[in-house]
Amino acid sequence: MTDTSIADEEVARFAAMADQWWDPGGDFAPLHKINPIRLEFIRDHLCELAGTDAKSPIPLKGLKILDVGCGGGLLCEPLSRLGASVTGIDAGERNIRIAASHATRTGLDIKYHRMSPEEAVASGQRYDVVLNVEVIEHVADINVFMEACGALVKPGGSMVGATLNRTLKSLAFAKIGAEYILRWLPPGTHDWRTFVKPSEFSAVLRQQGFVVKDLRGLTYNPVFDEWTLSRDLAVNYLIYAVKSKD
Amino acid sequence: MNTHCTDTLIVGGGPVGGSLACALASAGISSVVVDRVPAAELLAPNFDGRATAVAQGPKKMLEQIGVWQALGTEVAPIRDIRVADGRSNLFLHYDHADVREDALGYMVENQHLRHAVLTAVTDAPAIMYLAPNEIDALEHSETAVIARLKGGDHITAPLIIGADGRNSFVRDHAGLELTQWPYHQSGIVCTIAHEEPHHNIAHEHFYPAGPFAILPLTGNRSSIVWTESEVDAADIMALPDDDFIWELTQRAGDFMGALEVVGPRWSYPLSLQYTKTSTAPRLALAGDAAHGVHPIAGQGLNMGLRDVAALAEVLADARRLGLDIGSTQVLRKYDRWRRFDNTMMLAATDVLNRLFSNDIAPIRMARDLGLAAVNRIGPLKQFLMRQAMGLTGTLPRLLKGESL
Repeated sequence: MTDTSIADEEVARFAAMADQWWDPGGDFAPLHKINPIRLEFIRDHLCELAGTDAKSPIPLKGLKILDVGCGGGLLCEPLSRLGASVTGIDAGERNIRIAASHATRTGLDIKYHRMSPEEAVASGQRYDVVLNVEVIEHVADINVFMEACGALVKPGGSMVGATLNRTLKSLAFAKIGAEYILRWLPPGTHDWRTFVKPSEFSAVLRQQGFVVKDLRGLTYNPVFDEWTLSRDLAVNYLIYAVKSKD
Repeated sequence: MNTHCTDTLIVGGGPVGGSLACALASAGISSVVVDRVPAAELLAPNFDGRATAVAQGPKKMLEQIGVWQALGTEVAPIRDIRVADGRSNLFLHYDHADVREDALGYMVENQHLRHAVLTAVTDAPAIMYLAPNEIDALEHSETAVIARLKGGDHITAPLIIGADGRNSFVRDHAGLELTQWPYHQSGIVCTIAHEEPHHNIAHEHFYPAGPFAILPLTGNRSSIVWTESEVDAADIMALPDDDFIWELTQRAGDFMGALEVVGPRWSYPLSLQYTKTSTAPRLALAGDAAHGVHPIAGQGLNMGLRDVAALAEVLADARRLGLDIGSTQVLRKYDRWRRFDNTMMLAATDVLNRLFSNDIAPIRMARDLGLAAVNRIGPLKQFLMRQAMGLTGTLPRLLKGESL
């Protein structure tokens, strides 16, 4: 067996897995459905940060964005298309390879690294924006994790967070409903006890020198099979915070 | 051999495909438009003798994308519609004042519409118009469609759109199943000149053989859409001019004075056809490629233009979120949005035609009373009118006269 054939097998294997991440009807279907509304929230706040028009072709040009826990790159690719310079980091080696392989085939220039946020801090890079989307509920120590995420943001930059609230409603909808009844997610995807309340998320952001500017809930509309922004923070929510300049 | 990358590859440069290219260009989305027919032939007076009643919503969109302006004065407003069962006195009367618009719709001859669309297409730097040309080979990868054109050039795009009419190559290539049934009716179409002015009133008579419409064009001219059984239509088409005029006057009445046929007569077989879904991976259909209806309510092209408004909005919004505009998730939104409206229209035109294309006495009486009743029930009539005018439902921005 030659090195070349092994490489081919690797490429084929990761291409097949990338199809799962990138298949809107596959295991990650709920993520694909919720993605547009999250992107809208992110884009609108970042256009405000950059002082650009959301309808212009590359409104995020000039912004350096880090996606912490980037998975297959479902947020990195759209933000790259909007002109941002995007880096994705993830603890999973496989995720990074899938994301990198997909970006290459799509023709997008995105940097992907298997790295923890603490390692990213040590590397010395700083970003205009750090995305912290559906990771905080999966980490071992929220304070350590958030300290690193906060340090990665340049003064005057911002952080976007998205996670699940710890309420009875979220237990019913996000955990039991999504995993066991609707089968949107494989059972065991989430541990409800680690879900983070908006007040807890805000508090830990404030500790890192951020001011919370926006907090929005996400509501699922079963008729249109679509998510919309709402005031109901009880299940899914988005948070936007800006780091002080000094 | 060149490879050209674009945002969308649009097959068909007619009113639907061309308008779509212009609408997309207004949102910064580029396109390559391919049409089999050379532009000069497409614009020749004898290529398409039909005229179209453009509804208010689609007219607002055509204004937004610069097509309407290119029409100049080649537009005749319809201020009144009179619907009658045969020559009976009981008729339904639609007045533009009922819906607070300056007109119920606008008659535009297809040759002028084609010309205006092509003018706008040529003026948009984001559109590359290739005609005569066609696709020799078509394949799609995970991230793009790759089309090889006659002559060897390649076009790569994340999305291909079939706006190539009833016999759509794009639809058939994707294997999208087509349901169709013939009406065994033909539509005879011609333009007439008449002595008396038409006062911008459209007339629709329901005869046992099918609907007969007189639609006001510019000047003392009208467009005739005359439905007959296939057999009778062939006989009528074969008549010498004088006899043809005589048959026409029998149905139209004599209120317009002396009539004269201007230009050629046309005859089209009528059928209903639709696809269950108008999308496939990296592919979307718009207009007749997805749904062909009976011309009874003048809705065919309007449905196509509503497809354009919805598709352009879905793609523009997706692009502005950085999403892949050819992804299943994005296309599904378009399919969902249009399916309800298109299904309603297919069903409504089919039922209307079945209801009116017969001479069974009780049905005749019921529909006469029905027409008169609809006429007296204000809200119902208003709803039907606004529906036909394309002013109800979740409207795409372009149909409301807003920019993308």
